[in-house]
Amino acid sequence: MTDIGEVSRRLAEALSKHRADYIEARLEESRRSHISYRGKELESAGQSTAVGGNIRALVKGGWGFVSFNDLTDLNERLERAVAQARLVGKETSQLADVEPVVDTIVNGKDAPLTIPLAEKKQLLDEYNQIIWRTPHLQTSVIAYGDSHKRTIFLNSAGSYIEQPRTDITLRVSAVATDNSEVQQAGFSLGSRGDFDTMRHLHKEVEATARKAAKLLAAPKLKGGEYTVVLDPVLAGVFVHEAFGHLSEADHIYENERLRQIMVLGKKFGGKELNIIDSAAVPGLRGSYRYDDEGVPATKTYLIKEGELVGRLHSRETAARMGERPTGNARAINYRFPPIVRMTNTYIEPVGGSFDDIIADIKEGVYAKNWFGGTTSMEMFTFSAGEAYMIRNGKLAEALRPVVLTGNVFTTLNNIDAIGGDLDMNQGGGCGKGGQYPLPVSNGSPHIRISKCLVGGS
Amino acid sequence: VERILEQARKVAEAAEVFLVTAEETPVHFEANRLKHVQTKQSTSVALRIIKEGRLGYATATDVSNAKGLVADAVETARFGTRARFELPPTTPYPPVEIFDPAVETIATAEMTDLGEKLIALVTGHTSDIICEAALEKESISLRIINSRGGQAEYKKSVFSMGIVGTLVRGTDMLFVGEGQSSCHPLTDVGEIAKVVQRQLELARNQAIAPSQTLPVIFTPEGVASALTSPLLAAFNGKTVLEGASPLGQKLGKEVFDSKFSLLDDPTIAYRPYSRPCDDEGVPSQRTPLIEKGVVANFLYDLQTAALANTRSTGSASRGGGLPLPSPSTLVIAPGEVSFEDMVKDIKEGLVIEQLMGAEQGNILGGDFSGNVLLGYKVESGKIVGRVKNTIVSGNVYQLLKEINAIGSQAKWVGGLLNTPAIYCPRLSVASK
Repeated sequence: MTDIGEVSRRLAEALSKHRADYIEARLEESRRSHISYRGKELESAGQSTAVGGNIRALVKGGWGFVSFNDLTDLNERLERAVAQARLVGKETSQLADVEPVVDTIVNGKDAPLTIPLAEKKQLLDEYNQIIWRTPHLQTSVIAYGDSHKRTIFLNSAGSYIEQPRTDITLRVSAVATDNSEVQQAGFSLGSRGDFDTMRHLHKEVEATARKAAKLLAAPKLKGGEYTVVLDPVLAGVFVHEAFGHLSEADHIYENERLRQIMVLGKKFGGKELNIIDSAAVPGLRGSYRYDDEGVPATKTYLIKEGELVGRLHSRETAARMGERPTGNARAINYRFPPIVRMTNTYIEPVGGSFDDIIADIKEGVYAKNWFGGTTSMEMFTFSAGEAYMIRNGKLAEALRPVVLTGNVFTTLNNIDAIGGDLDMNQGGGCGKGGQYPLPVSNGSPHIRISKCLVGGS
Repeated sequence: VERILEQARKVAEAAEVFLVTAEETPVHFEANRLKHVQTKQSTSVALRIIKEGRLGYATATDVSNAKGLVADAVETARFGTRARFELPPTTPYPPVEIFDPAVETIATAEMTDLGEKLIALVTGHTSDIICEAALEKESISLRIINSRGGQAEYKKSVFSMGIVGTLVRGTDMLFVGEGQSSCHPLTDVGEIAKVVQRQLELARNQAIAPSQTLPVIFTPEGVASALTSPLLAAFNGKTVLEGASPLGQKLGKEVFDSKFSLLDDPTIAYRPYSRPCDDEGVPSQRTPLIEKGVVANFLYDLQTAALANTRSTGSASRGGGLPLPSPSTLVIAPGEVSFEDMVKDIKEGLVIEQLMGAEQGNILGGDFSGNVLLGYKVESGKIVGRVKNTIVSGNVYQLLKEINAIGSQAKWVGGLLNTPAIYCPRLSVASK
């Protein structure tokens, strides 16, 4: 197999000689495995290896980018990236200053790779058997995947960064049917490389299977405005969709009107609201030491005491907005250039128990767990995997899953209670610009939102 | 590729090698200006083996490492699924035209010119709109060989062009957009711009949707964003086999309105998802899924078909793993009513162009619920403006059981679906 270390040394020399405002290269080798079940049977098991790389050049503000699996003829690819950048560039290049970094990060744990496939399968078999002990279940899906990747980043300023990355994901869902009614429940988990987090989930699996069967009898909510309480998992999805994406500077930096709306100091929420994005917290799925432009990870306050105080940047967006780079340029793999992305995004805990939060709600909805979420910048939707009525301060009957929607500029202001029980959801994958699923985590304590629009019959 | 097959045959009863190479050239415009030109070269080889009756599977980007690939596949075959099928032998394939050499020869500068013209047409209509546009040409070569002598090979060209415009007024944002793709080069920027201009005009005023049940027209884009995901899940032979499809027991029964017909057709000339054979080398065929409201067929690959005691419909598709049943190109048959006549028929109702988040709920059960990202209010037979802060919820099986009318004009949406507008009598609407 081609050694990317050796290729990178040859490439480093070529980069330093070339005439562009800036050039960088990323080389990557990866190994993955997956096991999936549908129903009682194992559906698919497979392993894959990949080697590839890319070269990105900046000339007069224009970018050229080439990606490849074939690591021969890199000089020609380099020429091509520069020629493409020249075709595009008509202005001046702007990149925030970053000190060149030379660093090799040694992998602490590459656990999933050292565990034989047979052992992984054994664990999943146990989970599948639990699902199949539950009555009314029609089918189930279990999808396990792990990947280990080694990336070498180098640029024309002399950076050379070697980073490993291990990622594990597991999704379990159970489907119950009754006549032609079909209902499903599920959960997903992820880890930055610790296979132990995938063990001992027997109770969660059992609870999920039971939930699916119970949903068959659950009523649909009547659509309309409700006071809504979100659990930490769903509130994490909410903060990601409802605010996180709007704080990505690449949406804003070239749009004068959006820049005016997103001016620092603007009030978005109450005094107790603090929203943070931080790749610098170790061990979470969005964590790293350097982003894919070689910029060190930071902890960035997006909202502090209800006011907009920061946003997420690449080197280019930081320079063009006159702000500091935050190390948020990420690429899902070597086939894509880095773009501004979230990492680990969360609402800081305040205090107060779940019982306190629901105590004075006469009629409301408690929404838990997630199916998904999406945003248009102004409007967002996110869907709960579980929902319950709240009546007179107490949890009441279970409902069919609900979809919630809101307006970014008003909904954050309607958060009127923030709990103390911060929990990070590691099961998410974020999509943007065709790059999906990027490992991220998000979290929050329990939160309460007044006047939230919920779909229903 | 031959060497991989040869080595795999030594250790397994059956083997199949699947090779895809592609070169893509995307050109991106951001904030109305050219920003990025890219070239992406990729190679991927997948090996599927049957060893002691079980399936093994591995993929790699490095075609020269036959040994590693075979070893990876053998390890997974130890506990792989039992293979219930035989790989296809040499078979004739239907002629399906999907390659136009003109795509390859388009210069990058020509693509950037087209993008600039497209943006100029949209900003010429609404000066303060900010557009992102993308043009892309792609050439794909695919080759499948197996140990029963089966072999398939084809080359495909794809050209696509799309634009998304954002109009910000205060904190109000309007998103408009249109995209088209083909195996031929696309040059008619005017056609795409016209769609966007029309959206801008219809959305100029704002209107408020009442929270109640309303008649709704789904435009072709609306059909794609709200209704197709649940149907795709239900017609997947795998879902049917598991008993999780609401249509599983309904073959031959009238479940939908008799005006509604749906066809899976990978043989339409010069469509990006057309192909002479599927990803297992089974010949492509047209498969009616719904004929005048009656459930006609489900989509199968080799393994699922064998388990269900039926034939593969040539619907195997690989998304990086083992082949799975998947639709190719879907066609909803047009009806007889013009879009204008549908609008005229509505006293109070909605036109839905784009639902956000509709595919996030209980798709298997047919439920959908989404925020109306682009949609219009109809009052007394006229579109009066754009609705916002509105969420609609429904179930495709209830919704498509009774259809008021199907549009006479079909349109390609996202390369995958050809559909007219669909006018339904009632949908639950909640708004602020």
